[in-house]
Amino acid sequence: MSKQINVALIGNPNTGKTSIFNALTGLNQKVGNYPGITVDKKQGICKLSRGLKAHIIDLPGTYSLNASSLDENVVIELLLNKNDKDFPDVAVVVSDVENLKRNLLLFTQIKDLEIPTILVINMSDRMKRKGISLDIVKLEAHLKTKIALVSTRKNDGISELKTLIENYKTISHEPCMNASEIDEDYFNSLKKAFPNQLVYKLWLVITQDVNFGSTQREVIEAETFKTKSHSDLKRLQQKETIKRYQFINTVLKEGQTIDSSKATDLRSRLDRILTHKIWGYIIFFGILLLIFQAIYDWATIPMDFIDAHFAYLAEWVKNAFPPGPFTDLLADGIIAGIGGVVIFIPQIAFLFLFISILEESGYMSRVVFLMDKIMRRFGLSGKSVVPLISGTACAIPAVMATRNIENWKERLITILVTPFTTCSARLPVYLIIIALVIPEGTILGFSYKALTLMSLYILGFAMAVISAYILNKILKIRSRSFFVIEMPSYKLPLLKNVAITVLEKTKTFVFEAGKIILAISIILWVLASFGPGDQFNNAEEIVTAKYTSLSENELEDKIAAHKLEHSYIGIVGKTIEPVIKPLGYDWKIGIGLVTSFAAREVFVGTLATIYSVGSAGDPEEDDTIKNRMARETHSNGAKVFTLASGISLLLFYAFAMQCMSTLAIVKRETNSWKWPMIQLIGMTIIAYVAALMAFQFIN
Amino acid sequence: MTLTIADLQKGEKGIILDTSSSDIPLKLLEMGCLPGNSVELLHIAPFSDPLYLNINGSHLAIRKDTAALIQIDKVDE
Repeated sequence: MSKQINVALIGNPNTGKTSIFNALTGLNQKVGNYPGITVDKKQGICKLSRGLKAHIIDLPGTYSLNASSLDENVVIELLLNKNDKDFPDVAVVVSDVENLKRNLLLFTQIKDLEIPTILVINMSDRMKRKGISLDIVKLEAHLKTKIALVSTRKNDGISELKTLIENYKTISHEPCMNASEIDEDYFNSLKKAFPNQLVYKLWLVITQDVNFGSTQREVIEAETFKTKSHSDLKRLQQKETIKRYQFINTVLKEGQTIDSSKATDLRSRLDRILTHKIWGYIIFFGILLLIFQAIYDWATIPMDFIDAHFAYLAEWVKNAFPPGPFTDLLADGIIAGIGGVVIFIPQIAFLFLFISILEESGYMSRVVFLMDKIMRRFGLSGKSVVPLISGTACAIPAVMATRNIENWKERLITILVTPFTTCSARLPVYLIIIALVIPEGTILGFSYKALTLMSLYILGFAMAVISAYILNKILKIRSRSFFVIEMPSYKLPLLKNVAITVLEKTKTFVFEAGKIILAISIILWVLASFGPGDQFNNAEEIVTAKYTSLSENELEDKIAAHKLEHSYIGIVGKTIEPVIKPLGYDWKIGIGLVTSFAAREVFVGTLATIYSVGSAGDPEEDDTIKNRMARETHSNGAKVFTLASGISLLLFYAFAMQCMSTLAIVKRETNSWKWPMIQLIGMTIIAYVAALMAFQFIN
Repeated sequence: MTLTIADLQKGEKGIILDTSSSDIPLKLLEMGCLPGNSVELLHIAPFSDPLYLNINGSHLAIRKDTAALIQIDKVDE
């Protein structure tokens, strides 16, 4: 018989909580969402001995139980609700040996909730270098807990931690200090009014500004028991914090010694360079350049490989299966569509690789520090840099990453401008258009194509910053400004953490995008393969009658093109053609633009589907999507993809708001349809005007 | 005249005296910015803001306007 217990991993940010989670669960984990909100819910299974299994939840990082964001609120909601199916049998508080004092604040609060709590002191491999020694026995006695000294880097102490979790029943429920001393009268009156409730629980409910939802109805009644003004409560919270630190200081005086003469300081040496007023920016810019070089140049090798194989696969299906609508759907709809997603795996993986290394190493905080003053001039915060950089992967997590921006106006502006940064969904479109219209050649060792891509990224950032500046002038929102960021110590990123992040994020992108693309590919194929009226149904006779002197192959192509033009999707494309003609696009690209409003990456798949349907196919030719697009001509014989129409398309995709998922997230995070609608309309107008000017000017 | 963290020069240290201003966020207090604790100004960002501090062993950065709310006593070495 296997029994399962719930374990909650709790800790400050930057304590290596996720490393512990990875060490315990390995690949046996999944990321989902908490119902109704967009906070990531990471959970996994860890096998213990005697058939016992631990269901582990990695809760969002928080400095205390005084929540100031949605993410932190998740922690409190779970810990206050005994009826939650995930309510922990045992809590594991993860701390970092270098910041034990600060980390213990949260620990003492959780102990006050009378949940059995294990303390993990992580990064024990750094103790020697920092001259820290600990008296574990004394610490365990004072803190009324069991301690596991762990180094995920050295893979030390994990099995000890597992043993402690196994024996969770022996761990004390008792608080290690008495916080109610800060105002005994008040806490006694609380106790009298709600004799069945834990006083600390009541106190937490009373002091939270955040919305608790419906889960805590019985406790929420305590809200009515305020009796103290807002400022009195705040003063009490301050007193509570001081009280807790006093306790922690006494404990650590006995249990910890730090010989700072033994400490070698990598931090100050690296900080001197990385936050330097000149070197800091040069290094930051260099890292960005390296990322783009990797995405464009290094990723092309696996991409060419994937591209060629999908073309081969489609060809093979066509030859191996009996001809008919099903084979066409498979080869031209499904395989072409999926190929359009799979090909971007190398680039997305590279992007997440770099972002997770920057986060893990502690460098990202230095970038925030370096950029804050500059960003503030544009109405943003230094912390906006993180969303803007993660926006290069996907705007959805980027919009969620704005949650740690304390100032509402700065946060709102960041949310509004983040979709301008070049997300990975734009990459497919950029890459194929760049490959088609930008000439070969290099300058200073960088190819024109790589430089074009880099310019598009810079253009995205520039547009984000300029719109932020304008929004900052227009928006009249008064909100109190403050800014606190932890500067974690530098760490060599753990390979396992980076690998899991890259795997997880790439998987999500491929499956999420893949689902939409697959669905749209099939719908498109159907709309392109059927049409109303004689023009579609009698295409063969009409074309044969019109062109009498063509070879059989050419004739087949003409028939296929005629059919497409008069299919359902052709009619849609033709209808919008007058609007997009000034931008240099034909009706086929128009179909791509329409489907792109579901998600940008659909564009390439759409064109792949349309062009596959639109050509009878010449088995001799290398039939990749790119080659098909290069062959495309207008009715007068001029090429569709020229420098002018290519640049115009690039600009349209750079600025247009073409992502329903982002709009949905913005609605959720701003709690109103007003802001996503402003985004949609504003960005599309900018995109249209920019594309129009580019095409007319270059042409 | 009362001194605040914003008056420190790079490398200078102080002891925090008062954090009762209601404009100081609770989060800062939780990170160890409390009366009696030591504070050292480690680095100043380009364009002289924000400030990179070591407060009571915690390394964090805050903006100058917040730093100007936290009263200190300078410590000479």
